[in-house]
Amino acid sequence: MPEILSLNNVTFSYTPEEERSRNAVENVSFSVQEGDWIAIVGHNGSGKSTIAKLMNGLLYPQQGDVRILREVLNEENLWESRSQMGMVFQNPDNQFVGATVQDDVAFALENNGVPFEEMVERVHAALGQVKMGNFLDHEPHHLSGGQKQRVAIAGALALKPKLLILDEATSMLDPQGRAEVLQTVQALRAETGLTVISITHDLEEAMLADRVLFMNDGKKFAEGSPDEIFALGDKLVEFGLDLPFAMKLSKLLQKEGVPLMGQHMTEEELVNDLWTSNFNK
Amino acid sequence: MDIKLQQISYAYAQGTPFEKRALFDVDFEIPSHTYQAIIGHTGSGKSTILQHFNALLKPTSGEVHIGDRIVVAGKKAKDLKAVRQKVGIVFQFPEHQLFEETVLKDIMFGPMNFGVSEKEAEARARELVGLVGLPEDVLEKSPFDLSGGQMRRVAIAGVLAMEPEVIVLDEPTAGLDPRGQKEIMDMFYKLHQERGLTTILVTHSMEDAARYADNIVIMHEGKNVLRGTPQDIFKDVETLKNLRLEPPRIVRFQQKIEKMINTPFSKICLTEEELATEIARVLREERAES
Repeated sequence: MPEILSLNNVTFSYTPEEERSRNAVENVSFSVQEGDWIAIVGHNGSGKSTIAKLMNGLLYPQQGDVRILREVLNEENLWESRSQMGMVFQNPDNQFVGATVQDDVAFALENNGVPFEEMVERVHAALGQVKMGNFLDHEPHHLSGGQKQRVAIAGALALKPKLLILDEATSMLDPQGRAEVLQTVQALRAETGLTVISITHDLEEAMLADRVLFMNDGKKFAEGSPDEIFALGDKLVEFGLDLPFAMKLSKLLQKEGVPLMGQHMTEEELVNDLWTSNFNK
Repeated sequence: MDIKLQQISYAYAQGTPFEKRALFDVDFEIPSHTYQAIIGHTGSGKSTILQHFNALLKPTSGEVHIGDRIVVAGKKAKDLKAVRQKVGIVFQFPEHQLFEETVLKDIMFGPMNFGVSEKEAEARARELVGLVGLPEDVLEKSPFDLSGGQMRRVAIAGVLAMEPEVIVLDEPTAGLDPRGQKEIMDMFYKLHQERGLTTILVTHSMEDAARYADNIVIMHEGKNVLRGTPQDIFKDVETLKNLRLEPPRIVRFQQKIEKMINTPFSKICLTEEELATEIARVLREERAES
């Protein structure tokens, strides 16, 4: 699998000139291969968003380097590198420029000088991929939160990026909107094998990823499959996150003296264990 | 301080071609010292109602009773300052409203605006900063040097410094990490109890409504379609589904277990702790029987 992006021993401080300067990101390394879905989780202030800004060249590391398609990101290849990645931010209202949904999706294509006929085609295709094809002439401001974020994803997809970065893209949405966006990303991955990095503190979202990077105070505390990360249990809570619902309940049940074979990540597993350990005798 | 909404309707841009009705005959009451949750989808009218609680909006028909003040459609209401001091609203992302040079000045701004002396306002700020979980040395810092979570706490302290009797919270935990969310919600619950506040929580989190509220109102397309205790509301899953709302995870899980063992529990559990205790109890009973 070709490498899409990597951070190599990256350290960054917002105030490097100060004596007691604190590193927002400290000696972080990881790499993302084509087709991966990586979730970066951590508490507010753990360095997640700084990593996002380092990935697309809004910030440059003081130590280490960021590589996009194996090339070190620098001022010269910045624009070329950015065109490889689509980014969707937290607040859907802050990223609309077009008066209609299709104008908005076309915006970046216009900036990149894509010919008109091709532009129309790509806009329609991208909106179709996020199931917003019936909203071409709607005003973005009249859409629901989930719909807005799907349009934002379409705007990124229209550029045919190698990588889609979701920076807390679901954290302002209601439960329905969040589900819509996550289903969209899952479907996109199934259809196109798109590479995704999602920055989040929603653990249910992190559970969908192939691999999870767990940040604490600017450092990479752990990296592994969702199973491996959630097995850290109380460490997650200690570092400002939470346990998935089924795990929290497994713990409480064991505390109440209910026999269980283990602690479970999904509701299905917990229900099955409750059944086999207690009723099916 | 009781709040009553009597048959209120509200239309934005009334009398223009852009008129858009947002509320239709909304009618409910929030008794003093209770914790009221208002739940609904984006666009259900939650935020429009919220602005009626301290007369930022006046109804286009109907009456709003805020304590002994009555705001009636079509009549000019005088002296709303007292109402706005008694009903404090924590808007979504309240940290966007910070503006002063120091945290201390920012917290003092609200009370001084309502005529509180500088000395008293400062005393309140010093007390509140600890109460919202910040170290005292932030008082001298610029609010813009703080983290997002800390800024949110400063903004909340600014609302509390007006010593409101009613506090209205509009999605107060949006954007915070899970620990921050829990800390903020627990803090409001503690204040609610210790200070005898009336608390109104506007949210789309069924989980928070289940855990903290005494009463819930469900808004749908500008109308209040359901009201009751969390027990009442979450008993009727079908009705919720028709309103495109999901009951809290805990309730859904309880139903799965009830279905599996074919025995209904004696009550609807609203927190994980309650549910674990209840499952353990049901299991003990089953075992005693067999």
